[in-house]
Amino acid sequence: MNFWKYSSPQTFYPLAGKMIPVFAVLAFIFGIGGLYVGFFVAPTDFQQGESYRIIFIHVPAAWMSMFTYLVMAFWAGIGLIFNTRLSSMMARALAPTGALMTFLALWTGALWGKPTWGTWWVWDARLTSELILLFLYIGYMSLAAAIDDVRRADKASAVLALVGVVNVPIIYYSVKWWNTLHQGASVSLTRAPSMAESMLLGMLLMALAFWMYTIAVSLMRVRAIIMERERASAWVQELP
Amino acid sequence: MSGGVWQAASAVTARDMLLATRRRADVLTTVFFFAIVVSLFPLGVGAEPAILRSIGPGVVWVAALLASLLALGRLFAGDFEDGTLEQLVLSGESLAMLVLAKVAAHWVATGLPLVLLSPLLGLQFGLPGEALWVLTCSVAIGTPVLSLLGAIGAALTLGVRGAGALTALLVLPLYVPVLIFGAGAVSAAAEGMQAGGHLSLLGAMLFAAVALAPWAIAAAVRIGLE
Repeated sequence: MNFWKYSSPQTFYPLAGKMIPVFAVLAFIFGIGGLYVGFFVAPTDFQQGESYRIIFIHVPAAWMSMFTYLVMAFWAGIGLIFNTRLSSMMARALAPTGALMTFLALWTGALWGKPTWGTWWVWDARLTSELILLFLYIGYMSLAAAIDDVRRADKASAVLALVGVVNVPIIYYSVKWWNTLHQGASVSLTRAPSMAESMLLGMLLMALAFWMYTIAVSLMRVRAIIMERERASAWVQELP
Repeated sequence: MSGGVWQAASAVTARDMLLATRRRADVLTTVFFFAIVVSLFPLGVGAEPAILRSIGPGVVWVAALLASLLALGRLFAGDFEDGTLEQLVLSGESLAMLVLAKVAAHWVATGLPLVLLSPLLGLQFGLPGEALWVLTCSVAIGTPVLSLLGAIGAALTLGVRGAGALTALLVLPLYVPVLIFGAGAVSAAAEGMQAGGHLSLLGAMLFAAVALAPWAIAAAVRIGLE
């Protein structure tokens, strides 16, 4: 089987159509399993009580937000270097989900912070760099949306995504050092020192569910983008 | 061969410097913007000397950030409209070197005045002498990084509607490290601590930006001219 044949939008479109239900079902199964473990199996935290259970949404969302940016920049870079149309479409399709995950991580973090630290927001290194990551996603999407010519929009946003990737570690460490310089230990961010195994299991299941969800939704979005861009081509006209 | 690149780059710098001296109003706009933004803060937060001294480094730095952002609009836009940028791309010389020359001229025209003005504005906030010196140094090392990073955003938004606001959105998150270490150096000096570490990190950023940013700017200019 020639794997590369799926790099054209025409052949990828039906493949994505077949893959979406698989990933959607997997996301559902992992999600149900993760929520069950999270709500009924994992023990109540002795310090934070029940409120810690938001970790099962918060941590997977934070992981996905960072990972999705890397994947997005990867596809954008491939699209820029090899001039492959589908890679650029994939990068564009991933961005909204990545931004959503970043927003979810920030939002659930605020909801978690209120009962445990007593404040919605602290200028902690991780929170601050997550916020800047959200700005990077928004910048990427705005640039792509502002340029009318599709090819140019793809390339310009790809350059921005790559510049962002180089900067993300710099931003992260600068915020981290800034934080240690400015802020005393007024708010301790250390979690429960050892995590119960069922908690870890629930978190991993939820992380898998988020992965599957991201893949399924991005594939749906990339199908929509393919449709939109290739609407004049013969194979789209022949679709039932 | 290498002489050709240097000759072309220095010609670009000389031309842009000449243009800047002929359009002094553009340069002065940036400088006055910087001064006005800084002067607004005491009016907003009150004239308590202790508060002013503690927010001073951050205020001057944020204002420098915004002023250098404001100046970015003129970096490529004029040359893009009259076709000069296209000629630079077609000249056959390394585009990365030519845009670096342009950014250098742009910094001398818009960044250097900020450096010269910053100790005066720091004085308004009651910063001590040592901190004023560190402020000048940190702005001198930091603003070229801002110009280089900003040039990427300016090149990416060439000919795009609403380019100014979009450039701000693209570039400001990337400015964060410069702001942190620039303002951090001044705060450290104001509190009587060593500022050398912060300044070294700013210097490292400057070298990294000089080495890497021109390639991204050149790629962005090429995309913009397609």
